[in-house]
Amino acid sequence: MGLQEKLNSGRFTVTCEMAPPKGVDTQKFRECARAVKGRVDAVNVTDFQSAVVRVSSLGASVILIEEGLEPVMQITGRDRNRIAIQGELLSAGALGIKNVLALTGDHPVFGDHKTTKPVFELDSVNILQIASTLMEGKDFAGNPLNKAPEFYLGASVTPLFDPMELQVIKMQKKIKAGAKFFQTQAVYDVEVLKRFKEKIEGLNAKILVGVIPLKSPGMANYMNKNVPGIRVPDEIIERLKKAEDKQKEGLKIAAEFINQVREEKLCDGVHIMAIGAEENIPILLDMCNL
Amino acid sequence: MVITEKKPFEEIKKMLEGVKEIYITGCSLCATSCMTGGEKQILEMKEALEKEGKIVTGYTVLDPSCNKLQVRSTLKKNKEALEEADAILCMACGDGAQTVAGVIETKPVYPANNTMFIGEVERIGHFSEVCKACGECELAWTGGICPVTRCAKGLLNGPCGGSRNGKCEVNSENDCAWVLIYDRLRKLGQLEKMLDIKPPKDYSKAYNPRKVVVQR
Repeated sequence: MGLQEKLNSGRFTVTCEMAPPKGVDTQKFRECARAVKGRVDAVNVTDFQSAVVRVSSLGASVILIEEGLEPVMQITGRDRNRIAIQGELLSAGALGIKNVLALTGDHPVFGDHKTTKPVFELDSVNILQIASTLMEGKDFAGNPLNKAPEFYLGASVTPLFDPMELQVIKMQKKIKAGAKFFQTQAVYDVEVLKRFKEKIEGLNAKILVGVIPLKSPGMANYMNKNVPGIRVPDEIIERLKKAEDKQKEGLKIAAEFINQVREEKLCDGVHIMAIGAEENIPILLDMCNL
Repeated sequence: MVITEKKPFEEIKKMLEGVKEIYITGCSLCATSCMTGGEKQILEMKEALEKEGKIVTGYTVLDPSCNKLQVRSTLKKNKEALEEADAILCMACGDGAQTVAGVIETKPVYPANNTMFIGEVERIGHFSEVCKACGECELAWTGGICPVTRCAKGLLNGPCGGSRNGKCEVNSENDCAWVLIYDRLRKLGQLEKMLDIKPPKDYSKAYNPRKVVVQR
């Protein structure tokens, strides 16, 4: 069952995230893919995440298909104009990639090529707009395609944002532009998710809540300080501090969160971002009986 | 206003390697306000160059350096001093320097400044970029705040995930343009202006070099 069918079936859905390799040795990437194969419904492939040069999202998505997994190709507007975005999307369609997640993209200031020229010709809403146009069998200039691609379009949303109304307005635009599912920034507090759900009541989209398993109290503090939209509550940091095996405790915290949002039906699934520790994903899913 | 910044003197020295006699031009408008090409800065430059063993044959503050007719007539009046010079050092913006270079074809013109952006004077010596000259002004629906320029990514449909406490993650000294726009539109009772999807901009309006001819 594909991601779209799974989400539409109403069953609890799990996606995770993998970064393409930096270099042409794909062995470790393939090993990580095999480790989650059959355990998750789809795997996001990041698009030069943090503006760092790597194998492209398209290339790594094809590798996942070779390994028998269903990719979610992330695509950002940072590095491509509308010609390149459409070319990338058509290539994705031609190569059997169905799920596309549109993002604005991290600014090059955070990357490893700080002197590059940022493009940002299209924002996430515009990328969704253009992908929807391609699905109608024409390009953004109105020229016909010999066959239209079929995409299942997604986008991101940050449940913890001030002012929240501004975030909801943008989310509405993304839905209008074609987004059918959303993966959220990592959430650690169920109350945050509940408040978010209230704000987006009536919006028609599937929600996969972001989960980043914590590895240490230091990681939690770092994210609280540096990552917009992430807030790890103090009591979780305290729990990590007290724990002997901090990584295991981090997984336990993540498992408790996943179980709770699943039992209380607060979302359609979860999106696990293991950030280089993909081997922990099956362990975490075991802990959740998923 | 066109905001300029002085090039490092070392760079200017390198440009002028082998040049003995120099004529300096400044500009009465933007470069004077930016303190990069007014009479005071010209005299400072003159002194610095003389310390390096150069001869400054003369100088003038063009009024302004971007007006070709003005530049031609002013430089004509300074013909002698100009003729003595091996090169011209232009303390204006990139436009001002090109105007001078367009008028004086027989001598090299070197820029003393880097041209930074179109900006406003917040207070003396403090300038901030506010307009990208996109050729398609968006201010009518953004509460008079330009997202093309003031959002680090030039986004047209709202903030990215990098906005925190009203600040931009690219540079935490900068306000998130979209939070500013949201606050302003809410105050104006025009929040509905944010709801429409803005298509990507028409970049053909900014294909350079652009020309404007006023139809009369």
